[in-house]
Amino acid sequence: MEDVCSINNLVRCLVDGGMDAGLANFITILLGVVLVAALPLVTVIFLIWVERKVAARVQDRIGPNRVGPFGLLQSVADALKLLTKEDITPMGADKFIYNLAPIIAFASIVLIWAVIPFTPLHIGADLSIGILYFMAVGSIATVKVMVAGWSSNNKYALLGAFRTIAQLLSYEVPLVLALIVPVMLAGTMSMQAMTVAQQGMWFIFMAPVAAVIFFIANLAEVGRAPFDLLEAESEIIAGYNIEYSGFKFGMFMAGEFMHAFTVCVLLAVIFLGGWSGPFVHEVPVLGFVYLGLKTAFVYIVMLVLRSTVPRVRIDQLMAFNWKFLVPISIVNLLLTAFLLYIVRALGLAPAPNQATDFVANLPQTIVLFVGNLALVGVIVSMIRSQGRRQRLADEARLAESETEEPALPAGVPAGD
Amino acid sequence: MVPLWAYLLVAAGLFCLGAYGVLSRRNAIAVLMGIELMLNAVNINLVAFWRYLSPLNMAGQAFTAFIFVIAAAEAAVGLAIIISVYRSRQSVIVEDVDIMKW
Amino acid sequence: MIELNVQTIAFLICALFILGGGLGVVTTRNLIHATLYLILSLFGVAGFFVLLSAPFLAAVQVLVYIGAIAILIIFAVMLTRSMTQLRQVYNHQWTASAVVSGLLFALLVVGVILPVWGINGAQAVETVSEVVADTVDLGKALVDRNQYVLPFEVASLLLTAAMIGAIVIARDDE
Repeated sequence: MEDVCSINNLVRCLVDGGMDAGLANFITILLGVVLVAALPLVTVIFLIWVERKVAARVQDRIGPNRVGPFGLLQSVADALKLLTKEDITPMGADKFIYNLAPIIAFASIVLIWAVIPFTPLHIGADLSIGILYFMAVGSIATVKVMVAGWSSNNKYALLGAFRTIAQLLSYEVPLVLALIVPVMLAGTMSMQAMTVAQQGMWFIFMAPVAAVIFFIANLAEVGRAPFDLLEAESEIIAGYNIEYSGFKFGMFMAGEFMHAFTVCVLLAVIFLGGWSGPFVHEVPVLGFVYLGLKTAFVYIVMLVLRSTVPRVRIDQLMAFNWKFLVPISIVNLLLTAFLLYIVRALGLAPAPNQATDFVANLPQTIVLFVGNLALVGVIVSMIRSQGRRQRLADEARLAESETEEPALPAGVPAGD
Repeated sequence: MVPLWAYLLVAAGLFCLGAYGVLSRRNAIAVLMGIELMLNAVNINLVAFWRYLSPLNMAGQAFTAFIFVIAAAEAAVGLAIIISVYRSRQSVIVEDVDIMKW
Repeated sequence: MIELNVQTIAFLICALFILGGGLGVVTTRNLIHATLYLILSLFGVAGFFVLLSAPFLAAVQVLVYIGAIAILIIFAVMLTRSMTQLRQVYNHQWTASAVVSGLLFALLVVGVILPVWGINGAQAVETVSEVVADTVDLGKALVDRNQYVLPFEVASLLLTAAMIGAIVIARDDE
């Protein structure tokens, strides 16, 4: 390599410059940690602007346009405003825990970034259990919600926390079941190895159903529309974080935005091939660009969904998860395992030396894609028949009740 | 590496703390937490022995995984029983639940 | 005897978490605080697993214990709200149990740890194998016909039974 000091050979440079080897190592690792942690923090400021702009365009508004060019500095102004607000601790609050909750909220998101591969060379820590690490760190989010809701000493915060926990725990089930599919396809849980395994073919073509389930479950995990009924800013006051103000509230909010962005990055890494793209091995920095583009695509989809889909009710939320998403993800898991077994038994799977070859991956992909399509077909027909049955039942009930009593308002479940 | 006895010492301390909690607390949920501590002490021992004595034989890790399963089942059923008792007697103090005592 | 390096420091921090958290669990009056101490202790155990090169178990520890069991316990504490802060934390046999626990600890130290110290303490640290089985081996062992497939299936059956049992017990009678 050329004799230029860069982030890749920093240790050698520092040692050559007369620094102690252990200290040089420590400084390099610390620098890496700060860089990886700072990336989401800086992005989130920009993200809020993007979100407000996209939402505004969908609603035929202009969006922030006062502070800075195109309103780019609006988020900075908002952050400054939050910093100057009074920091209130409610009476009877459990002070230490009350202050701890925003920190947990923020840290649990930043920690996920440790396992995200940005380029073939740049990754915080290539853990052999990367995906499981993501799940484990994500499950800390439940602790943060509980702690914030309880320590505020507020009934509504506690109730909001209960609902949030119910949602988070429920949607973790389809999330894990959907994540097993790419793990099966790649044969590894390491994020970097998973990206490498997708160089021939992105997993979204082999497992579209798993990708969609992953996306929906993550929407619920991060509390995005249509699953944002816990916050529902236009209907109720905020949920578990109602008592928080000023900077602590800002930390919760920034954490939420960052979480949404992080799951988009994860979707891009796990299903859309991560940094893989043309010439990425010659110029590793291109990986950043490819990953950024893929993430931006997923993120825009999420934002458009947010401004177009109506909010669901809590009973619909639970029913959708347990009666629809969980059974489908179990069937999908079994189907993919079965198809993979058949593909390997027939010798259609690419040989290990050509796993990154597009053509060699085609037969396997076609089999899996057709299997997924069949699954989607079965699901759609089942939904259709069920919807028809329900509509007929509703009509029958309506006709019956018109003669006796006024009809129930639409949407109220048939009570006992 | 940290020697094996250090892990065993911490595990023994945790086990005895858990045992003390189980034997002395009045609240049934606290008793359950003591049991969790004891199970974790056992887990530390299993993994430590696996790492130091037979890192290629998966017995230690496999048994730890089974203990996870058992701990999850125990917590679910135990807490369900506690909540059910609380509904019928308005108390989760272990001494109050003595209807089976003769 | 023990050299001071990154691993040792990490070990000491985790040990502090484990024992401090454990002490908090058995002594704190407020059960919510006790649960948070429990979470701290479980985190320390996860750290031990990482130090012992069992990252899979560490992740599962966080996922199962902290993400599920600790939350379940917090739920139970909140559902039994009048019992969260009992005035009298310990029952009448707490002195006896303290003595028993102390004796048990002494027994473990004398009977288990001191002999291990003799074998594996100061001199034999370097003999620890560098070759470690990884997660793939664990996965294979769990479904291997000659190893743990039967306990594995029994465990899944246990989970199903526990789930149904918990629902039946905790359910309201209509």
